[in-house]
Amino acid sequence: MTTLLEMNAIRKAFNGVAALSGASIAIERGEVHALIGQNGAGKSTMIKVLTGVYHRDGGTILFNGAESVLTTPREAQATGIATIYQELNLVPLRSVTENVMLGYEPKRLGTFINWREAHRRTREILMRFGIDIDVKMPLGSYSTAIQQLVAIARAVSLDAKLVIMDEPTSSLDASEVKVLFGVVRGLRDAGVSVLYVSHFLDELFEICDRVTTMRDGQTVGCVKLAETTKLELIAGMLGRDPDEIAQAGMTEFGGGAAKQGEVLLTAQDIATGPRLSKFDMTLHRGEIVGLGGLLGAGRTEAARALFGVDALTRGKITLKGAGAPNSPAEAIRAGLGFLTEDRKAEGIIPGMSVRENLTLALLPKLTRNGQIDRARERQLVQKYIDALGIKTADMEQPIRELSGGNQQKVLLARWLANEPDILILDEPTRGVDVGAKREIQMIIRDYVDRGFGVVLISSEFEELVEGADRIVVLNEGRSIGELKNPGITEHKLVQALAHTDEVTA
Amino acid sequence: MLNSDAFDLRKYVSRNSQSVAVWIALFALIAFGLLRYDNFGGAYNVSSFLNYNSMFIVISMGMCFVIITGGIDLSVGSVAAFTSVVAAYLSPYGLEVALPLAVLVGVAFGALNAFCIIVLRIPPFIATLATMLGAKGGALVISGASTIAVDWGSNFTRMGMEKVFNLFPWSIVIVAIVGVFLWIILETTSLGRTILAIGGGEDASTLMGLKVNRAKALVYLISGGCAGLAGVILASGFGAGQPLEGIAWELSAIASVVVGGTLLTGGLGSIPATVAGALLLGLVFNILNFENGRGTISFSAYWQMVIRGGFLFAVILFQSRMTKGRKAKGATA
Repeated sequence: MTTLLEMNAIRKAFNGVAALSGASIAIERGEVHALIGQNGAGKSTMIKVLTGVYHRDGGTILFNGAESVLTTPREAQATGIATIYQELNLVPLRSVTENVMLGYEPKRLGTFINWREAHRRTREILMRFGIDIDVKMPLGSYSTAIQQLVAIARAVSLDAKLVIMDEPTSSLDASEVKVLFGVVRGLRDAGVSVLYVSHFLDELFEICDRVTTMRDGQTVGCVKLAETTKLELIAGMLGRDPDEIAQAGMTEFGGGAAKQGEVLLTAQDIATGPRLSKFDMTLHRGEIVGLGGLLGAGRTEAARALFGVDALTRGKITLKGAGAPNSPAEAIRAGLGFLTEDRKAEGIIPGMSVRENLTLALLPKLTRNGQIDRARERQLVQKYIDALGIKTADMEQPIRELSGGNQQKVLLARWLANEPDILILDEPTRGVDVGAKREIQMIIRDYVDRGFGVVLISSEFEELVEGADRIVVLNEGRSIGELKNPGITEHKLVQALAHTDEVTA
Repeated sequence: MLNSDAFDLRKYVSRNSQSVAVWIALFALIAFGLLRYDNFGGAYNVSSFLNYNSMFIVISMGMCFVIITGGIDLSVGSVAAFTSVVAAYLSPYGLEVALPLAVLVGVAFGALNAFCIIVLRIPPFIATLATMLGAKGGALVISGASTIAVDWGSNFTRMGMEKVFNLFPWSIVIVAIVGVFLWIILETTSLGRTILAIGGGEDASTLMGLKVNRAKALVYLISGGCAGLAGVILASGFGAGQPLEGIAWELSAIASVVVGGTLLTGGLGSIPATVAGALLLGLVFNILNFENGRGTISFSAYWQMVIRGGFLFAVILFQSRMTKGRKAKGATA
């Protein structure tokens, strides 16, 4: 093996604030190399320096044996560096073929696009990844997973030597992840290197060869995954002692210790459509009920039904002895809160300040004679900024300028301030760095201990297993079982899921 | 109403920095006019300028609300033409009857827009385009395609002809009151906050339990009412209902809103900056007229439009450069 990429002592500052101060990484040919670090550690800056989006202030980059002087992403593509972004940069309304071939279409007479050849080549490229789809269909008609694979196929068809994947699995379910991993292994076998950025540490052990850890703009270590543990990686990212973390437990939840209070909510045999066909659950005061299942199992749909977003086609929801809400506004009045999964589309209002974002759902309570009571609003916002440790310049800073973890804390504060009896949390710690994650988990447990109830949805089994007092297991839109803490292990949860697969198969 | 705790001018300016360009341009043009032309600051010019532009200011303010939610209202010009005819017919009953009823007719057109957009789920561009054509045709039908003279015997024409302190026509006084009212709604009420939130993210707003549909309906009602008021001012200022007026007014209004720093995608916007935008566009004409009056150069009305277009472009370019710089700074903070 030889070295494909060597970035040495990279420095980059924005307005005098150092984002990278001596970061290095070396990637071998045909290696899957992981890059991890908390939000703000400098991972994305590092990638953007490499792909020519940012210009470095110092340091050297050697790519493919030559000093790299890339100034635009287009040049990066031409030299063999392809980036698959978290938000896919493809054209969903156009066909798969157009997306794969865009800018490089086979031509007749040097002018007219040869569509037959284009479709044929696209099919051939996709078949190499084991994807057999109709390439004439609009890309947007396929799942996110397929779209992501199409993006990778495009990159590879352009003779990429290095493929950068930024959180590639964050919107994929388990079986899709498997397909993706197959593709990544295929790339490796073909001698293509992959730079793999992910928050899901378990994945790294499955797919990556080596891992580089970053903290505060510097590289803190590069090890083979076979020679490290998850605990050591977390410790490296946090800059803390591994033993200390081991003692504290991996998450801050401590499920199973809760005292059950009165019944807050029951859902009996409810359905809202094909994606939620039969769901039952009960929630008491003082407990966290987890919804376990794979992507598409109906967890988010269940949450939407409870919150009155989607109308019930069958079944009955009882809320504190009364009927079910018909709209989010009614649900909030009845004492519910819903932290949505898609922070960008359904959570934050990007142009609004931290203060305005935090109090949006609270406005009815802060309004007197139609006027917002600004003094009380400020007081309340400051209280939550302090209580949750939200890192913001001041409460007037636009929320889009905050890191993912801090945005999530603002959204959490938005609901906590409303003091709902029942808080539904859909992936509350997704895309959030390890430090903020632990803090958010502590906040949630603290809230439940005060006698409120939480419905928790998480794709991270570890978070569910350790955090929830009970887990309702879902599969293909139906609740199919319940597990009780203490005593739940990841193994048992997986078994519960796997068991149903056999039954339904 | 704006208690000291709620309003901090420096913060207000820094948060609305996208509209800095329009204020600079406005004050520069005023200074230029005052220095160059003797009668620019005179009572006659000020009052006739304000009287004429009060129509554009009021429809721009309504448009600002609509655009903040991410929508658009193309019907305002035709609705103003329609309500000017309605006001002219009602003028014998006096201003106290004609004004509210004509505004109500404007609100009714707004309600039609809101119904199409919210209940029938027709995109705002299409829905208000249809209303624009309908109102225009309607204005021609009810007027028989000719101007309708107002009743000079009633108090109706006082609004456009008489002045407060011998300087401010009643039309601009009424528009100023409406403007302050709309400004307070947008800046200090939960309705205003909801309108801003819808433009920033409609789905997020719905899931937060905000009354999204109510707020969206209200912005079209407000816009329709503003167009109705513009129609009344038109009829009283020119002494006649004008079914053929109002052409391309919606475009002037959109231009004023955009020059004032409001994003067409919604979520951001300010009433004072919109007023500044409308004044700025009016001033360009005013100054060109003065320039023609000096006799040194002469621009035809057509060239005036070209120059206004070029000026608009320059302000928007300047403004987008400024916002870009601000964004780049923010991204790294």
